[in-house]
Amino acid sequence: MQSLIELSGVSKHFGDGPTRVDALRDVNLTVRQGEVVALLGPSGSGKTTLLNIIGCIVPASAGRVVLDGEAVYDGRWLRRDLRRLRLDKIGFIFQFHNLLPFLNAHDNVALVLTLAGQTAAEAQRRADTLLDYLEVGHRAHSMPAQLSGGEAQRVAIARALANRPRIILADEPTAALDSKRAGIVMDLLRKLAAEQDACIVAVTHDEKIYDRFDRLFHLRDGVLDNQEEFVT
Amino acid sequence: MNLALRDVRHNLFRFVLTCLGLSLLMAVVLAMIGIYNGLVADALNIVRAPRAELWVVESGTKGPFAEASKIPGGTRDAVARLHGVADAGSISYQTVETAHAGDPLRLYVIGYEPGRPGGPERIAEGRGIAVSHFEIVADRKTGLSIGDRIRLGRDDFTIVGLVEDVTNSGGDPAAFVTLADAQTLQSQLAPPAQRVQDARGAGLLESADTVAAVIARLEPAADLDDVARNVRQWKHLGAQTQAQQEAILLGSVVDRAKRQIGLFLGILLTVSAVVIALIIYTMTMEKLKQIATLKLIGAPDRTIIGLIVQQSLALGLIGWSFGLLLILLVKDYFPRRVVLEPFNAAVLAGIIIVVCIAASGLGVRAALKVDPATAIGG
Ligand SMILES: Nc1ncnc2c1ncn2[C@@H]1O[C@H](COP(=O)(O)OP(=O)(O)OP(=O)(O)O)[C@@H](O)[C@H]1O
Ligand SMILES: [Mg+2]
Repeated sequence: MQSLIELSGVSKHFGDGPTRVDALRDVNLTVRQGEVVALLGPSGSGKTTLLNIIGCIVPASAGRVVLDGEAVYDGRWLRRDLRRLRLDKIGFIFQFHNLLPFLNAHDNVALVLTLAGQTAAEAQRRADTLLDYLEVGHRAHSMPAQLSGGEAQRVAIARALANRPRIILADEPTAALDSKRAGIVMDLLRKLAAEQDACIVAVTHDEKIYDRFDRLFHLRDGVLDNQEEFVT
Repeated sequence: MNLALRDVRHNLFRFVLTCLGLSLLMAVVLAMIGIYNGLVADALNIVRAPRAELWVVESGTKGPFAEASKIPGGTRDAVARLHGVADAGSISYQTVETAHAGDPLRLYVIGYEPGRPGGPERIAEGRGIAVSHFEIVADRKTGLSIGDRIRLGRDDFTIVGLVEDVTNSGGDPAAFVTLADAQTLQSQLAPPAQRVQDARGAGLLESADTVAAVIARLEPAADLDDVARNVRQWKHLGAQTQAQQEAILLGSVVDRAKRQIGLFLGILLTVSAVVIALIIYTMTMEKLKQIATLKLIGAPDRTIIGLIVQQSLALGLIGWSFGLLLILLVKDYFPRRVVLEPFNAAVLAGIIIVVCIAASGLGVRAALKVDPATAIGG
């Protein structure tokens, strides 16, 4: 199966001299189409940093990043328009929903569609469909502040998936939810990923949802344990 | 989907409040411009009112507005006989304090010869002076109405007509009376020493028949400078053209007031610019997290710049419009004239647009620098 994420020899450090922090050391990771993998590890072990590097939000200090067959980083950025890359290929889901507070649920989703070049009518239709699918269609016209945590998270997922990205990155997507809701959200993510031939990399601390992942990776002090666990 | 508009709608109350504050500030700036213009306009009005071409004044003085000028009443005849003079009239000016309906009332009394240059040009209400004594045509700002009676010196005068916008450079409204009445008033209000001399009937210190100036209108073919030169041949007389008289008024009489207000206006404009810039800058700073999110989901720079620039321009222009509206509504309630030209409002709009764009430039710089990663944590 096609690999969507290939990291080889990725390191990342912040600062220099006595304040230097090595957040990632020589990380190698391959995630294939349709796979749902979890990143586990204690606080400060580099999980968010790894997601940020995959999402082209921060550059690695060394190493090579290939996304969907395209080399985007190899010691330096190989692509200029990283935002366009994110718009087209990557969907982000965060612990806190990060919806724009001045747009209602529907428009938060429609915005990324229009940014990607869809007409207003197309964007309307797809946003409605997605929200209905995530069972928040009835809150489409509510502002983010009026949504419950679970509703907001589902709207954020709809936004992350709107442009049918092939890579979905989630940083503790279920931390704000109770375990029942967390299970539902993970099932939904799996289903959507399968439908769109996408992969998911999710950071989680929530043992109760480990069974929703195909593989579990452990990070310790910036070192990725390639003794991946397969969930049965 | 216009993000600027959506954001404004989301924070509507705050936006309206900010606009309101800015409108008040703009109204103050416009009021100051209007006061400045009003000062200049008032000063010019009084010198333009008689529609003179030549001012004949006491030699060595700058004329009736800048300093005291006293010339014999007979001067008018001599000037009128000069070659090239079509019409001439004597005129006198004095500030008088009287009372009306219990309130003190300062009047700038202008004495003129009915039928000759120097009288009120446009009567807004009522009629001009028709008899030789005890009638007044007053400026509306006096608060007097037709038929009112006021006491000047030892006589009662009746208001027969009203004019508009004739005040002296200090803002005192004009009251036109006949020259004869004005001269009587002058002697009644003269210092006691003079009155004693007058009462003796002998050896007047000065003739009672003096006037402040003689104004002349010329024949179409006459040369202004020639006539002025001819007047100056009388050693006790000086002559100024209308243009010179206007320049004297602006250059010396109201000059300091003008510069004072002008400087204050400059300070006010600077303060407004700083306030606008600050409002816009903080407005952007508060949105940095949302801007990081926009970058994270892939919004291009132009979307982000649009959001900031559109909002700041909207803020500036709404503030300007309501400020203008406000000042147009209240300007007539000012005790002195507030004159606003469309040009002034346009210049202010230009300044505001520049300030808004410059301030959003600062905001845009910060916004473009913000790291999309900041959208993530918390
Ligand atoms: N911008 C930064 N500047 C300096 N150091 C940073 C920066 N971002 C992360 N770090 C450091 O890098 C290390 C890894 O951080 P990271 O956020 O990836 O941890 P994490 O595994 O996501 O932790 P958590 O579970 O608490 O979210 C930490 O020691 C952190 O202090
Ligand atoms: Mg983290």
